[in-house]
Amino acid sequence: MTTIELKRVANVIRQDIISMLVTAKSGHPGGSLSAADIVATLFFNEMRINPKDPRWEERDRFVLSKGHAAPVLYSALAEKGYFPKEELQGLRQTGHMLQGHPDMKKTPGVDMSTGSLGQGLSAANGMALAGKLDGKDYRVFALLGDGEMAEGQIWEAAMAAAHYKLDNVTAILDFNGLQIDGATDSVMCSAPLTEKWRAFCWHVIEVDGHDIDALLAAFAEAKTVKGRPTIIIAKTVKGKGVSFMEDQAGWHGNAPSVEQGEQALKELREEAANLG
Amino acid sequence: MANKVATREAYGKALLVLGAENPNVVVLDADLSKSTKTADFAKKYPERFFNMGIAEANLLGTAAGLAAAGKIPFASTFAIFAVGRAFEQIRNSIAYPKLNVKIAATHSGITVGEDGGSHQAIEDVAIMRAVPNMVVLVPADGEETRQVVLAAAQYKGPVYIRMGRLDVPLLFGEEYRFEIGKANVLKKGTDVAIMANGVMVSMALEAASELADQGVSVSVVNVASVKPLDEETIVRIAKTTKAVVTAEEHNIIGGLGSAVAEVLGEKQPTPMVRVGLKDTFGESGRPLELLEKYGLTKAELVKAVHEVLAKKQR
Repeated sequence: MTTIELKRVANVIRQDIISMLVTAKSGHPGGSLSAADIVATLFFNEMRINPKDPRWEERDRFVLSKGHAAPVLYSALAEKGYFPKEELQGLRQTGHMLQGHPDMKKTPGVDMSTGSLGQGLSAANGMALAGKLDGKDYRVFALLGDGEMAEGQIWEAAMAAAHYKLDNVTAILDFNGLQIDGATDSVMCSAPLTEKWRAFCWHVIEVDGHDIDALLAAFAEAKTVKGRPTIIIAKTVKGKGVSFMEDQAGWHGNAPSVEQGEQALKELREEAANLG
Repeated sequence: MANKVATREAYGKALLVLGAENPNVVVLDADLSKSTKTADFAKKYPERFFNMGIAEANLLGTAAGLAAAGKIPFASTFAIFAVGRAFEQIRNSIAYPKLNVKIAATHSGITVGEDGGSHQAIEDVAIMRAVPNMVVLVPADGEETRQVVLAAAQYKGPVYIRMGRLDVPLLFGEEYRFEIGKANVLKKGTDVAIMANGVMVSMALEAASELADQGVSVSVVNVASVKPLDEETIVRIAKTTKAVVTAEEHNIIGGLGSAVAEVLGEKQPTPMVRVGLKDTFGESGRPLELLEKYGLTKAELVKAVHEVLAKKQR
């Protein structure tokens, strides 16, 4: 897909996120919007997947370790055709398949149930170990949050991925700098992250997480790295694409009202019009 | 005296059988492979063994990922670290998505001995039993452990296997049949039933012999499958004896005694006495001395049987 096409996909994903959350009346817009360009690039360009066969053994896997950003994943899956788009409006509602956090038993295309922070990278490593054992060339992508860097298990998993030379693992850090209680560095300083991941023997790539070309280049580079895992530290803006949500910790876990949703969608449609 | 073997030893041997039979079986450990007895598998199938270092959360989380990609991981460490340290990984990464992970925990209960109370899991059955999708198995001897491990590998879904450090008497031959969800009536009696698992099964059999000499007829039921529980057999036996003693090397809160009481309370109210740790932690000491000190002995079972008989006659 071309850069402009991926930008359009990311815009559609952002619109989906807003409309889903308005209907659901709860959920996490900030960290979903910050990850939209990353997820669009992965699902519409990078990953080897087949929406008609969600359990295809040769597929690339995706683990949303920051599971509260489920809406960004659900939108990408619906836009890819894993399930009808109408399902998006059932988010977080009783009897519907789209759970508040990803559930691999309920939703086609979800490779791992996640949401309790810190656990996704370990699962991704397990899938990657299995791929190596089976001589398969699939790759495993794990999207991590920066607030999640405070979880000890992340670093256990970081150590293990390097120890087992899991070059089929690519982690992407959605580095938006905010978490529920405020700026990530004020809640629990995890800096310097680049140096930490390097010290854990990972190949580190730093990019602007909203620059599609930079993301494409980063994924291409990650593919060439052998003998160790790669992390793409993607600098992002929480709430990206909706002016009043951008860089506001308060939009971590609050859904927009109907009016706020309309305002957000208006902005996003304008952006889409500018993309042509 | 019967031959003795620790259930963890039998686990190590069963893994070798599984390793040869099924290329999808993989084993993970957290720097305790010599103690959990996964070391022989590691030696024979190094490419299918993953030492995760002293990092239990990642041990269980990685096992979940391996299962999601079609492997049958046996994740081993001491019971306290599997269930205690990594509870939420077991709950959210394994049980919630019903992934095919076998949590093979050794060093359960006070028979850990000298390492002391910090290392003696006495609440693991209660915790694992309360988690939906989890199967909980507590084998009594080497042969049953062998069959439990093979059955766990056959079953598709999460299984918690509780094993011990101590050498325990061999009770069963190859003709013995363990099945998930089935209790085994080892001895039929009419006055009282002792329902036991793990190290307490051999003591229950010894207590039954002693009680027979006293003219008390005792059924002994081995309840290795704590979940799913064989309600049918438990109710049927309780109907016959009208008095039940449970015995487990676990806190009396939440384990086998509780499981049996829950069933009988609803389906066949029956006088009961629960033998187990009386809501207390263990301590350092020789395993047999600790069993004595904490009332997990044949003598205690005999006493409990008389106690429940008195309740029955009231």
